[in-house]
Amino acid sequence: MAGVTTQRAKLIGRNQASIQDPVWVRWLLIAISIGFVGLFLALPLLTVFLEAFQDGWRAYLRSFNDPAAWKAIKLTLLAAGISLPLNLVFGLAASWAIAKFEFRGKSLLITLIDLPFAVSPVISGLIYVLIFGLQGWLGPWLAGYDIKIIFAVPGIVLATVFVTFPFVAREIIPLMQEQGDDEEQAALSLGASGWQTFWRVTLPNVKWAVLYGVILCNARAMGEFGAVSVVSGHIRGKTTTVPLHVEILYNEYEVVAAFSMASILAVLGVLTLAAKTFLEGKVQQAYRETLEPSAAEA
Amino acid sequence: MSIKVEHVTKTFGSYQALKDVNLEIADGELVALLGPSGSGKTTLLRIIAGLETPDDDDRCAVFFHGENVAQRLVGERRVGFVFQHYALFKHMNVFENIAFGLRVRPRATRPERPEIQRRVTELLRLIQLEGFGNRYPSQLSGGQRQRVALARALAIEPRVLLLDEPFGALDAKVRQGLRDWLRRLHDELHMTTVLVTHDQEEALEVADRVVVMNQSRIEQTGTPFEVFHKPASEFVMDFLGSVNVFRGRLEKGRALLGDWSLELPELDPSSFDRQAASSAKLYVRPHEWEIDKRRNGTPSLEAKVARVNPAGSTAKVLLSLNGERDLLVDLPFERFVELDLHLGETVFVAPKRVRIFLPPAANSEHSAAAAERPAGADTLEYMI
Repeated sequence: MAGVTTQRAKLIGRNQASIQDPVWVRWLLIAISIGFVGLFLALPLLTVFLEAFQDGWRAYLRSFNDPAAWKAIKLTLLAAGISLPLNLVFGLAASWAIAKFEFRGKSLLITLIDLPFAVSPVISGLIYVLIFGLQGWLGPWLAGYDIKIIFAVPGIVLATVFVTFPFVAREIIPLMQEQGDDEEQAALSLGASGWQTFWRVTLPNVKWAVLYGVILCNARAMGEFGAVSVVSGHIRGKTTTVPLHVEILYNEYEVVAAFSMASILAVLGVLTLAAKTFLEGKVQQAYRETLEPSAAEA
Repeated sequence: MSIKVEHVTKTFGSYQALKDVNLEIADGELVALLGPSGSGKTTLLRIIAGLETPDDDDRCAVFFHGENVAQRLVGERRVGFVFQHYALFKHMNVFENIAFGLRVRPRATRPERPEIQRRVTELLRLIQLEGFGNRYPSQLSGGQRQRVALARALAIEPRVLLLDEPFGALDAKVRQGLRDWLRRLHDELHMTTVLVTHDQEEALEVADRVVVMNQSRIEQTGTPFEVFHKPASEFVMDFLGSVNVFRGRLEKGRALLGDWSLELPELDPSSFDRQAASSAKLYVRPHEWEIDKRRNGTPSLEAKVARVNPAGSTAKVLLSLNGERDLLVDLPFERFVELDLHLGETVFVAPKRVRIFLPPAANSEHSAAAAERPAGADTLEYMI
């Protein structure tokens, strides 16, 4: 009896060896991955904090005594605060339309939603300059009413909205498509109104995906540099967001101040990563629960 | 609540799912819509529910108890709809799922909290899931989920209950149990119920009346006995249960099936379409064969026993005719034991009953009457 067991154990060992890569390949791949992550991601992140704290706590905190720094933080929060709700509304509307209705131009809409990902942020900034700038299409007309968009706060908000608008939609569309509209039909057949169906059935089913999209959108909105840089005009204390302010400080050799500001973005990045990891699990669970009945039926 | 559907046509793009369908369902009846996939049965159910709108047609109407509800939204029709894949609200527990229809009512008609509590508890008892109120749908088995879906539909006190392949996704044993339970529930509540299924056994077993659908039309409506024993068309004959089909030529008094002829004394093919009579299909159900080890007086077919499956209340015997084609024969188990059949043995079989479906001759007086039938065919039935 014992002999049989050992033999089987040996067989299993051999079979496993035959389908696995040699040990040195495994170690090499692991080493490359860790080395890469360490060199290009962990080290820079560490540097940000080392540089920010090189002159100690006081120097770090002093960097925030600058009113321009606070202005930049406020502007960043404003841009994110405006683009997030817009993104949320657009994301829900677009994904609802795409997942639950059939209409002409649907695939075009899906493609267009990804446009900001495909286009370089600098280009998206330039588009707004071309439209709203003084030499642009609408610029002179707007100037007549004394409305300033480019090199002012509205331009920064517009550019931020543009580069972030796919985030929420992209997270919800596949989940909604997966879930179909059986539950909505059930709710309607039970006498619920459209609003009740949306609030009590549709939204709870995608809430984690929505939050996931919002977190990613927020990180991008606060960290966006390219598009905002083009439309901002870099007026210190007026039209600089945190990333732009970091650049200005750095160019002025105020290393500690620059990295102190950068550390805010770095902390935001780490928090986003943590939230993202948690939410990814929740979203996967939502997918699994959608698939589960059909799996049980098979 | 009686249901009446008149002149319903439904087109999806270029595909016609229903072609001018008319149907009447009496108050308190349990009707099964039976047909293969793509026959339009689910579309018809969804139109009754209001989840689908029929094509524009002035004559088109859906009546609930004489009131035309064609323009009413699904939420206003007060139908209890049970979806094939349950469509339970994943993020709500069983209690909240069942209470949903009551909670979303406008304040004026919404029951008080204790009343909701009482009704849901009562429904949980009805579906035999007391104590499951706090579970989530993902923690339930398929059969339990389906019962919750049913309770949720019943909670709104619907006027009709509509079930779309309710047991389609469950395994055989659970299906059987739920089927019996549904029938008992119906006998208790007497609620007009329409059930869609592609399982003929389910339809014949549960329903008061069966509506057989094929290719966007209704082929036959009748009691389980009628559709099974008096099929109106070849399709119904084929679809309900297994059947042996022969192709042959009809002559006066007999049918020629290859080397073998069958005496049918009353047969007069002159009243039928000549072309159809020259290659008619003859149907014999597996249980409608006489089987013997010796050739007796009646004309019979010589066959060899190819396979025997005695596991069941009837023994299923597969015979081979000249090694060319198979013949399904169901024997009562006692008869099977008595015959003591062995593989490879030669036996003689004769049909006890033959059915032939024929279009009438164009000039015959039958044609007018027959044209009104959906299948457009006359049924000839021969008892031998």
